[in-house]
Amino acid sequence: MAFTDLAARFPQAVFRTSYGQDVVRVERGDLVAFVSAARADGFDFFIDLCAVDYLTRRPHRFELVVNIVSTKQESRLRILTGIPGGDPVAPSLTGLYAGANFYEREAYDLFGIRFDGHPDLTRIVLPDDWQGHPLRKDAPMGSVPVQFKEADA
Amino acid sequence: MARAEGSTSLLTTTLNKAVNWARTRSMWPATFGLACCAIEMMATGAAHHDLARFGMEVFRASPRQADLMIVAGRVSQKMAPVLRQIYDQMAEPKWVISMGACASTGGMFNNYALVQGVDQVVPVDIYVPGCPPGPQSLQHGILTLHERIQRGS
Amino acid sequence: MSDPPDMVTGNTEAPSGETQEAAPVGGAGEERRRRHDLWMSGTEVPPDLGRYTDEGSQEMLEHEDAGMLAEQWGTLVSDDYLEDPAASDEETQIVNMGPQHPATHGVLRLQVELEGETIRRAKPIIGYLHTGMEKTAERLSFLQGPTNVTRMDYLSPFFNELCFSLATERLLGIEIPPRARAIRVLMTEMNRVASHLVWLATQGLDIGALSMMLYGWRERELFLDFFEKVTGLRMNHNYIRPGGVAADLPDGWEEDVEAILAAMPGGLADYEGMLTENPIFIERTQGVGVITPEECLAYGVTGPVLRAAGVDWDLRKVAPYSGIDQYEFEVVTGQHGDTYDRYLVRLEEMRQSLAIVRQVAESMPAGDYRSDDRKVTPPPRARIDESMEALIHHFKIFTEGFKVPAGEVYEAVESPRGELGMYLVSDGGTKPWRLHVRGPSFANVQALPVLLTDSLIADTVATLASVDPVLGDVDR
Repeated sequence: MAFTDLAARFPQAVFRTSYGQDVVRVERGDLVAFVSAARADGFDFFIDLCAVDYLTRRPHRFELVVNIVSTKQESRLRILTGIPGGDPVAPSLTGLYAGANFYEREAYDLFGIRFDGHPDLTRIVLPDDWQGHPLRKDAPMGSVPVQFKEADA
Repeated sequence: MARAEGSTSLLTTTLNKAVNWARTRSMWPATFGLACCAIEMMATGAAHHDLARFGMEVFRASPRQADLMIVAGRVSQKMAPVLRQIYDQMAEPKWVISMGACASTGGMFNNYALVQGVDQVVPVDIYVPGCPPGPQSLQHGILTLHERIQRGS
Repeated sequence: MSDPPDMVTGNTEAPSGETQEAAPVGGAGEERRRRHDLWMSGTEVPPDLGRYTDEGSQEMLEHEDAGMLAEQWGTLVSDDYLEDPAASDEETQIVNMGPQHPATHGVLRLQVELEGETIRRAKPIIGYLHTGMEKTAERLSFLQGPTNVTRMDYLSPFFNELCFSLATERLLGIEIPPRARAIRVLMTEMNRVASHLVWLATQGLDIGALSMMLYGWRERELFLDFFEKVTGLRMNHNYIRPGGVAADLPDGWEEDVEAILAAMPGGLADYEGMLTENPIFIERTQGVGVITPEECLAYGVTGPVLRAAGVDWDLRKVAPYSGIDQYEFEVVTGQHGDTYDRYLVRLEEMRQSLAIVRQVAESMPAGDYRSDDRKVTPPPRARIDESMEALIHHFKIFTEGFKVPAGEVYEAVESPRGELGMYLVSDGGTKPWRLHVRGPSFANVQALPVLLTDSLIADTVATLASVDPVLGDVDR
């Protein structure tokens, strides 16, 4: 679908089509403004927010992925934002979509990305006193070695 | 209990048997359904694979009123203290059946998030393998427990 | 005893409504008050509260005791409960529900702040079933992936597998043969009915219709028997895999499906007869747990909760997958967004799914049950003895896994709980680089405070059952 309006307002945003899906990459500083403009443009349905750890494969270590949907136009938009590993802070979208709350808490819990402006940034799926962020690529799986003893005769 | 003159210890054994018989015939499980195994546990309690014929259809929510804790499902690190607390709140005599692969050994999830086997937290009497164990397997486990109690071990 | 004696005043004459000598308002009232005060102060003088006449009733209301006594006697009818303005300091109480609780549908912990019986705030605390599935997925190959994700939303395992397979196939760029697509639709729509049956059973159980629990499982056994026949397992099947399905439908499957389709309408009619017109059920579900369409969209609530609020949004129509647009069915919507509407929506969804199952069974195309791209799907077992290439393919696929081109894709299906999505990132290897699962119950549970605030604590159970969360979906 034509995002001419949004593309005009955000010239640095890179639009592309990936496997038939609309994807846009924005800078971290533009994220809130872009999502706000998209929401005003009809993207009223908040679907998903997650993070990916790319280690050294991308210019920024983390990537925030936001999925929103326009019910009127029945279309989806996926917004990608790079978050540097040395400064894992992202702006919070809870002011725009109430549903971003739990998703941002989960990204904080599992990746350690802090969200500026989040009302209650605490661990959500792990115990409150957990140390570390397990879904980061440098965090161990935490497997327990399994021994296979020789069967007795 | 007074012993009749010239009687042997046959009386004590019979009392033991009677007590064990009573314990096995109305062993009430505590609701500790966590994940997929809980669905199969509910199916075992439903009409098709009736648990009521063993006197066990009353799943008591309160651990004070329960004898048996069927740990049905994967126990996460956050849930482990809760599990221990519920177990401690049950009154003696109490038994634990570890239902399914995740409860017995951590199952296919050998990672940071799960307790690798519920016997790290509570003492287990019977392990029922399966992912999830079908109602017949669970019933076999329950009946094995009954036999064991009846034997007095 | 027809008329109780006037115990307070000691009069043995039965109190009547007749106007006796009307005591002058000022004097007698004061006298009464004096005697009452004496009584309250501990002296033995019983208060003479006089005849309970119409004229005297105004004075009696000054004394709370007198009013209450009069109500007991039936000589004074009071209005409906009036808010006592004196109780202005709100004493709230924090009550914890769960994680071990018979009515929380898994290990959900709800902290509610109660003012009396009314919930002022509710906070869902999750994480008690966190299994690290997204981390585990990075270690399993794409062929092993369905075994992992199928255990996530454990009431609708086929949907998890389908979503993962669709995402992988999108990255691979392979075509799935029509028979495989039809088999997928057949199994997933039957799974929808089986999942809704569990919802119905637990909804009835939580509200108090215990027989509903047993009836729901009765019909579900038919579906589970069919699943066991086709896939080998009652739950967590690992049947829908990237490339198609694991095995073809067994001989005689049409009769089994026909038997299920014949048995279901009777069962559904039973449930409707039990619950839909039941005044207790209606009292407990109408107007309870209301959510508006705007709140749904803001929170990302999808599925029957969204449709019951009036929004016509079903991924099977908006973004069809696996050839489901060939079949005719309707999307069911409600109006009020309350528990009763969610009940009606799901009940009708079961019927629509059964209609789809019938269409699939009648029009099942012949052909392959999986793609014949040998780099992706393992060769037939018989070929392994004949061809070295087949043996090598089999070995590579099951040990290393097949390579999936680098890319990222978000794929979504309409699970019984809502939009189940998977964001799959591949780096060109044999294992996913990142698998993020968008579980529908995660958003639905997040919206629970909206449904529960300013309702009664007793409505929590009914509302929670109608939202139908599966905690495996929430915590992953």
